[in-house]
Amino acid sequence: MPEKKIRVLIAKPGLDGHDRGAKIIARALRDAGMEVIYTGLRQTPEMIASAAVQEDVDVIGLSILSGAHNTICPQLMKLLHDKGMSDVTVLVGGIIPEADIPALKQSGIAEIFLPGTSTQDIVDFIHKRVALS
Amino acid sequence: MLALRVVFRTKSTALLPLPGLSHSINLGYVAIRFFESLPGAMRMSEPSKGTTQAAPPTETSSLDRAPSAKEQAWEKNTLRPTLEKSPERQPEFTTLSGHAIRRLYTRADLTNWDPDRDLGFPGEPPYTRGIHSAMHRSRLWTMRQFAGFGTAEDTNQRFRYLLARGQTGLSTAFDLPTLMGYDSDHPLSEGEVGKCGVAISSLADMEVLFDKIPLANVTTSMTINSPAAIIWAMYLAVAEKQGADWKKISGTLQNDILKEYIAQKEYIYPPEPSMRLVIDTFEFGVKNTPKFNTISISGYHIREAGSTAIQELAFTLRDGMEYVEWGMRRGLDVDQFVPQLSFFFNAHNDFFEEIAKYRAARRIWHKAMVERYKSKNPRSWALRFHTQTAGCSLTAQQPYNNVVRTAIQALAAALGGTQSLHTNSLDEAWALPTEFAATIALRTQQIIAHETGVTNTVDPLGGSYFVETLTNEVERGAWEYIARIDAMGGMVAAIERSYPQREIAEASYRYQMAVDKKEKIIVGVNDFVADEKPLDILQIDETVAHRQAARLKKLRADRSQGEIDRRLHALRDAAQGKGNLMPFIYDAVKSYATLGEICDALRDVFGIYEEVAIT
Repeated sequence: MPEKKIRVLIAKPGLDGHDRGAKIIARALRDAGMEVIYTGLRQTPEMIASAAVQEDVDVIGLSILSGAHNTICPQLMKLLHDKGMSDVTVLVGGIIPEADIPALKQSGIAEIFLPGTSTQDIVDFIHKRVALS
Repeated sequence: MLALRVVFRTKSTALLPLPGLSHSINLGYVAIRFFESLPGAMRMSEPSKGTTQAAPPTETSSLDRAPSAKEQAWEKNTLRPTLEKSPERQPEFTTLSGHAIRRLYTRADLTNWDPDRDLGFPGEPPYTRGIHSAMHRSRLWTMRQFAGFGTAEDTNQRFRYLLARGQTGLSTAFDLPTLMGYDSDHPLSEGEVGKCGVAISSLADMEVLFDKIPLANVTTSMTINSPAAIIWAMYLAVAEKQGADWKKISGTLQNDILKEYIAQKEYIYPPEPSMRLVIDTFEFGVKNTPKFNTISISGYHIREAGSTAIQELAFTLRDGMEYVEWGMRRGLDVDQFVPQLSFFFNAHNDFFEEIAKYRAARRIWHKAMVERYKSKNPRSWALRFHTQTAGCSLTAQQPYNNVVRTAIQALAAALGGTQSLHTNSLDEAWALPTEFAATIALRTQQIIAHETGVTNTVDPLGGSYFVETLTNEVERGAWEYIARIDAMGGMVAAIERSYPQREIAEASYRYQMAVDKKEKIIVGVNDFVADEKPLDILQIDETVAHRQAARLKKLRADRSQGEIDRRLHALRDAAQGKGNLMPFIYDAVKSYATLGEICDALRDVFGIYEEVAIT
């Protein structure tokens, strides 16, 4: 029986339209054998949380370059908690000042990937993380 | 009301002949997408098989060259023994965009090249050497640093700081709510107010933004697209209040909606009504503001989204042709409105490729204007452009290295004959620039202009075997793309089938894979890595949003709601007809209707655009 594929939701929250990173990650994770759902642009935390429940994903990847991470991430984490999805691994990629990273991790974000991260590092992180859970 | 969507589910990235967009009419102003079952989401579970589309236009180099006897002798007697002893560092060399580059360029690469026809003289067709006869000897490019953050007060202060340090023009960055046509107090604006640019919700904000800045004397560029007509109306209202003559003021409205669908994705309305608004501004500009650039047709964002240099050039120039064609269909005289069209390109890391791109751009535009559109006015033929160094080339790692990258990119823009230039700041992979970082960026331009000597002569690289060959090849590659888009029925049609979007996504993924495999080296990122201390960066907190919300509350209390309702009603009625909307927008703006209210009035009539997600 084939191994169950890791299911990943790649989401682009907020008003920003810069989707180069989100699209690259979606494709790289798929090429690494994962089942990837890319939401498209302008997703609210509610939309992302609902999609995560419906799609029963193991991982949510958020791409945020706009500086709105301190608003979006805590809202999403609370919604996931309320929906009983606290075990989903939430990753953030984008332009995130280092000073903001501790608070984001405190809110439950598993890892933050900054510009320059190789796609292989993200694939490896997800494999390791999902194997542990 | 639920948006109608074209459901697009595929397990491969093959180019499907599906319409790539859905139009929807929404009733209210919560113009977001609803979904219960992710109808528009892209679902992917099988590995991509590399490029599944038709191959991009050929990017091979000098196929039909016939080397001279002397060159052949050099190859045999000098080169070959050397290579046998010490082979080259890699089997093939390419530009950053993957364009093949030869070891040596000689006369053999330019056998069909006619300097009178292909190079000419500066200020004359085909403008390869530049659009002015003495270029930067007469006048340096405008040093125009893109700036905007926080409230209008914050940005006004930064503008005055930059002008005091020798900047020669202004360039405004608006925040995401403004770009998307939402007021600062809209629920969707939460967390985004003043973050990526300045928050402008009404004429009251615009008055503060340009306080003590005489619009009669300073040219201002505004990076605004879907709500461009509204922001421009606010700018014109401020100019009028200052007593500046509309016939004399100059500046640039970005107003390039096509590249929004292609790359930057800050769109509101579907293409047809969006193009109508753009042509309305062209028509209004011809009559009222003859010195204002009513559009800045932008390759910058296309490149930032991951395109190659040739794609940037081709899609941008084809966008330009699309605007010309829509203007002509409106009944405008080509030689009246085209002189007000300007361009905007990226300056990336590959020095010669960028220079070739600017030179080829001028040649393509001249040819298109004369041959396709039968233009008789040389002012329509000369492609004027702004350049910005490549934001996507900046690294978060070892950020001081970004000063070096930016300097080299800016040098390419100067040598390529730019009319205006923005140089990025070293900290922009982390945040919007601090004053310190923005000053170094401006100083970089000043050093190139005043210390290096590259402005002493026109087109110093003209006649170089390599630069001329690369210019020819980049131009040829762009024309091949343009022909494909023509065959699809033009750029709007190509966008609807996601053609440029897919081409860019492919190029962007190819590039990332090359970086991941270290086939392309980025210093400090995938090689020459080192530990480092974090930078001091600019922080923008939520007090900006609170200040904006308070100001909007006061504005709404102070103005005449009856007048606002009448103006918005008139705009809605006009939008249902075919007339030019600029006068109606201007009236609404002057009565202090907010950006969000005006955009909503148009959303009611035009509906909103949603793209189908592709990866």
